[in-house]
Amino acid sequence: MADESSPAVETTDETSTLASPTSPRSPLEAAVSSPLQLDHVGHAGDNSFRGAAYAAAFVVVALVAFVGVFLAVIAWPSLSRNTVPFLTSTVWNVSGTEMAFGIAGLLWTTVLSSVVAMILAVPIAVGTALLVTHYVPPKLGSIIGFVIDLLAAVPSIIFGLWGLKVLGPALGPLYDWLQRTLGWIPLFSKGVDSTGNVLTASVVLAIMILPIVSAMSRDVFRQTPPDHIEAALALGATKWEMIRTAVIPYGRSGVIAASMLGLGRALGETVAVMIILSQTNTPGINVSLFSGGETFASKIANNAAEFDSPAKTGAYIAAGLVLFLVTFAVNAIARLVADRRPRS
Amino acid sequence: MSAPTTMSSLTAPRGSRRVTDVVVRGLVYLSGVIAVVPLVWILITIISKGLPVILSAAWWTQDLAGTTDRRAGGGALHAIIGTLEIGLITAVVAVPIAVLGAIFLIEYARGTRLARGVSFMVDILSGIPSIVAALFVFAFLITILHFDRSAIAAALSLVLLMLPTVLRSTEEMLKLVPDSLREAAYALGIPKWRTILTVVIPTAFSGIATGVVLGLARVMGETAPLLILVAYARNLYLSPTSDTMATLPTMINTGRDVAETLAGYDRVWGAALTLILLVMGLNLLARWIARAGRLKDR
Repeated sequence: MADESSPAVETTDETSTLASPTSPRSPLEAAVSSPLQLDHVGHAGDNSFRGAAYAAAFVVVALVAFVGVFLAVIAWPSLSRNTVPFLTSTVWNVSGTEMAFGIAGLLWTTVLSSVVAMILAVPIAVGTALLVTHYVPPKLGSIIGFVIDLLAAVPSIIFGLWGLKVLGPALGPLYDWLQRTLGWIPLFSKGVDSTGNVLTASVVLAIMILPIVSAMSRDVFRQTPPDHIEAALALGATKWEMIRTAVIPYGRSGVIAASMLGLGRALGETVAVMIILSQTNTPGINVSLFSGGETFASKIANNAAEFDSPAKTGAYIAAGLVLFLVTFAVNAIARLVADRRPRS
Repeated sequence: MSAPTTMSSLTAPRGSRRVTDVVVRGLVYLSGVIAVVPLVWILITIISKGLPVILSAAWWTQDLAGTTDRRAGGGALHAIIGTLEIGLITAVVAVPIAVLGAIFLIEYARGTRLARGVSFMVDILSGIPSIVAALFVFAFLITILHFDRSAIAAALSLVLLMLPTVLRSTEEMLKLVPDSLREAAYALGIPKWRTILTVVIPTAFSGIATGVVLGLARVMGETAPLLILVAYARNLYLSPTSDTMATLPTMINTGRDVAETLAGYDRVWGAALTLILLVMGLNLLARWIARAGRLKDR
């Protein structure tokens, strides 16, 4: 995603913005090509095809804009009827005539599960990326890469099912031990009885974002300039010192961008989290990793059957709007970081 | 660490530097092992629990009409057909827009500020959570336009998820088409649009096909939009305008709380294995197309 602005492309960009910002190059192109054209067979086709291509591009831009606009339009009436502060309240009561809904609890569970997932996934992803690019022979590396990429193909409902029925129960003893030894820290305090807690969701999310982070890290590590690597080795660096001084500095912003993309994916993941997390009725924010709860996405999906009146729907759509804005911001930052990557 | 002074010990790193290097090497290999464990674990679980279920002929030829979670028998035909049908509708809408969008980025606006803006929006689109895509379609089609929930509505929300996948891989492929091919076509007096259709697209075809298949694999495994936009049923429904249509993901979701002793529990794993076979099969197909196409180019 980050490799389209090569130096050659950037120079054309400057000349074309001088010509016209909206339909760049076209006046110039027309001027040059029309005297040379032997007959005019192609014009109608050219114009309509160009129109179709521009329309498709417009659809892409419009879709993103529409998502934000439509969600905001539908959410607004419900938000204006809301009796509690939307951003800081933890209650969610939308069935009565008195609507009271706030997203603080959802925001906490969403961010906690995703950040923990990122903390678990990024070191493993970077490790595998280094393994594939700098430790094992290329052939074996591509096989390992293939296996990790296949993980990205597993549907999220399968991750959810596996997390609920297999992984959670398997991690149960570890959870008990963590609660016994670290229980005095609020983050590790006693939560729900089932293993359908935030930590299980985080582990599953970590597995889900691992292939994304790993694949992007692999790409940047592979592009490390050979000069840097050879220079480090010539100075007597060990393999790790070479990686620390040549590979990591070169790939750092790529890894950060990849982690942000992974975070964005984890924030919006719906079904796996919905299946795993047990819903709790405890009021307020559940601080512990061992508590249940709901994220934005799982809250919306869990209550899909309740979208019967516009006011109720609006409350859930307001939560969806916040999720959209958060993922938009995270993805935009990822893109900006990736674009600032150093180039050889 | 008083090593004998041979030539090699003068050049080889010693002491803590060596230890660090070995420790890091160990950690890197360990991370590789950890990364492979989940896939193997998931596959073993799903195959061992699901294989007995999907080996019966009824699984592929019957729906669940007339069965309950307590009774064995029946199959997943309704869900398989539904998944394929919704995937197909999604592809029919998404692929033309995606290919034209990629043509815009590479053939018409390459290197311009406009292209960069559109490209940024494609990135944002590919980061939109599926539940948000589903809410958008719900807000637009159902709340504002007063349509009912339907398979088409679910497919339209999946379009948002498929579009960026296909667009990106098409774009990458169009970038690789050498300019000399385009110039040769222009030199023969072929207009730009025919050059694109008869020279550029065929050259990039394998990449486009790869993107389409990968996009299909992605949307067929999606669950969230189906939960919100179409109801699950145990019977086979074929009409895309009907508000009920079974799919494999929603079949799994519906049965996830069935008790372990009942027949319905086994069917959940059967549906999971069927879905994974479908999605992984599409992924392998995409890789095969990509590899076959690359060989031909050479």
